[in-house]
Amino acid sequence: MLKLEDLNSEFMKFGAVNMEIKKGSIVGILGESGLGKSVLLKTIADLIPHTGKVFLGDEEQNSIKASEWRKKVSLLPANFIFWENTTKDHFRDINEDLFIKLGLDPEYILDKKTEDLSSGEKQRIGLIKVISNNPKVLLLDEPCANLDNKNKERVEKLILEYASKQKAIVIWVGHDDEQLKRICDMLIISKKNRFRKVSL
Amino acid sequence: MIYLSYYDLALTSILLLLTGILSIMMRLGAEKNLAVASFRMITQLLILGLILKTVFSYVNIYIFMAMITVMIISAGIEINSRQTFKFRGMLTFYISTSTMGSTALILTFFTLFYVIGKKPWYTPQYAIPLAGMMLGNTMNGISIGMDRLSHSIVTQKNKIETRLMLGHTPEEAIKEIKRESIKSGMIPIINSMSVAGLVTLPGMMTGQILAGSPPVEAVKYQILIMILIASCSSFGTMISVHLSSKNFFDSRERLRLERLK
Repeated sequence: MLKLEDLNSEFMKFGAVNMEIKKGSIVGILGESGLGKSVLLKTIADLIPHTGKVFLGDEEQNSIKASEWRKKVSLLPANFIFWENTTKDHFRDINEDLFIKLGLDPEYILDKKTEDLSSGEKQRIGLIKVISNNPKVLLLDEPCANLDNKNKERVEKLILEYASKQKAIVIWVGHDDEQLKRICDMLIISKKNRFRKVSL
Repeated sequence: MIYLSYYDLALTSILLLLTGILSIMMRLGAEKNLAVASFRMITQLLILGLILKTVFSYVNIYIFMAMITVMIISAGIEINSRQTFKFRGMLTFYISTSTMGSTALILTFFTLFYVIGKKPWYTPQYAIPLAGMMLGNTMNGISIGMDRLSHSIVTQKNKIETRLMLGHTPEEAIKEIKRESIKSGMIPIINSMSVAGLVTLPGMMTGQILAGSPPVEAVKYQILIMILIASCSSFGTMISVHLSSKNFFDSRERLRLERLK
C-alpha cells in the first residue's frame, strides 16, 4: 500500500494530500495545468523538498536512501531525456517483448541514435526504461501526450498488464478524462485548494 | 643582463594601444577589458617588484606565509569572478581557495624541501616565484573546471533529473559532466606541456636564459616547474570539481539549482 500523509509542497496549489492506494490500483489525476500535479508526483518520488510523509508498506520515504526509494517508486516525466548515444545503450538487459508490445521494432529502434527518435518513440522508450526497473509504484506524467490513438491503446494495455501482474501501484497524471475513466480504479480531480476523489 | 628602462616598457605599450584602437574600429567591445587588464597587470607587477625587493631581503616564514595568503585569496577572488553560476554565499570562493591553497602549498613545500633542498625551504627568492607559478596555473584549471561543471549542470538539468527519477545516484547522474569538466580544466596545462620547447619557450626558462643562466640548467628547472604545475593544476581541478559537485545535491539526493545565484 502507498500512503500519503499531509504531503505538501509550495507549488501544489490544491493543498496537502492524504491518500491510501492499494497494491495493483491505478489512480488517475486530472486538473488544469499549473496546479502542481507533476509536482505531486515529484514529491512522491522525493525529487523536490516537501512536508508530510510517504509510506510504501511499512517503509517511510526518509528511512532509505533516496536513490533506493526511486528504484521502487519511479517517475516517468512528461519530457523523458536520454543521456546515452543510442537506445540500446540505456538498457542493461533488453526485454524485446516490451518494445513489441508498444509497437516498436527492436531491431530498428535499439540501434537508433536517441537524438533521431521522434517524440512518440521517446515517450514509449522512456516508459520501457522505467518499467524495466520493476518499480512497485509507477508515477506517470502525461505518458500519452505525444502519441496517436493506436499507441495510446498500446500504452494503456501495457500499464494495465503491469499493474495487475506485478501488483504495482500506478498514479497517472493526464488531461484525457475519457482515457483515465477507462483504465483507472480511482480518479481524482484537482482544483485550487481541492483534491477530490471521484467515484467511477 | 641587459636592464630595461621604463622608456622601453612605454614603447612596447604602444602595441597594446594599437590593439585597443583596432578593437574600437572593429567594434569588438574588448577595449575596456583590455585596458583594465593591462592597467591591473602593470600596477600589480610594479607593486610586486617593490614588495619582493623587501621580502627577498628577509628570510622569514611569517613574511612568506603572509605573502602566500594574499596570493591565494587574490586567486580565489579571481576564480569567483570568472564563474557564470556561483553558489549563494561564499561557498564557491571557499571551495576554490581551499583547494588551490592546499594543493599549491603542499607541492611547493615538497619541491623546496625534498627536490631543490634549499635551506630554509621558505627562502623567498625560491618559494614565492614557485608558489606563484603553481597558483596561477591551478587557478586557471580550477576556474575552467568549476565553471564548466556548474554551466553543464544548469543546462542539463532535465537530463540529470530524469536519471535521478530512475534511481541513479547523483554521482552516476553527473559522472560524464564531472569527467568533461575535469578534462576541460586540465586542457590548458596539457597543451602547454605538449608544445613546450617546440612552439613556445616557457616564461621562466626564457627569463633565466635572458638573465644569463646556462640553457641546460634553465631547461632542467623548466621541466621541474612544468611537472609541478601540471600536477598541482590537475589535483586542484579534480578536487575542486568533486567538492563543488557534491553541493548541487541535498542529503536526499535532489538537484538543488536554487542554491546558485
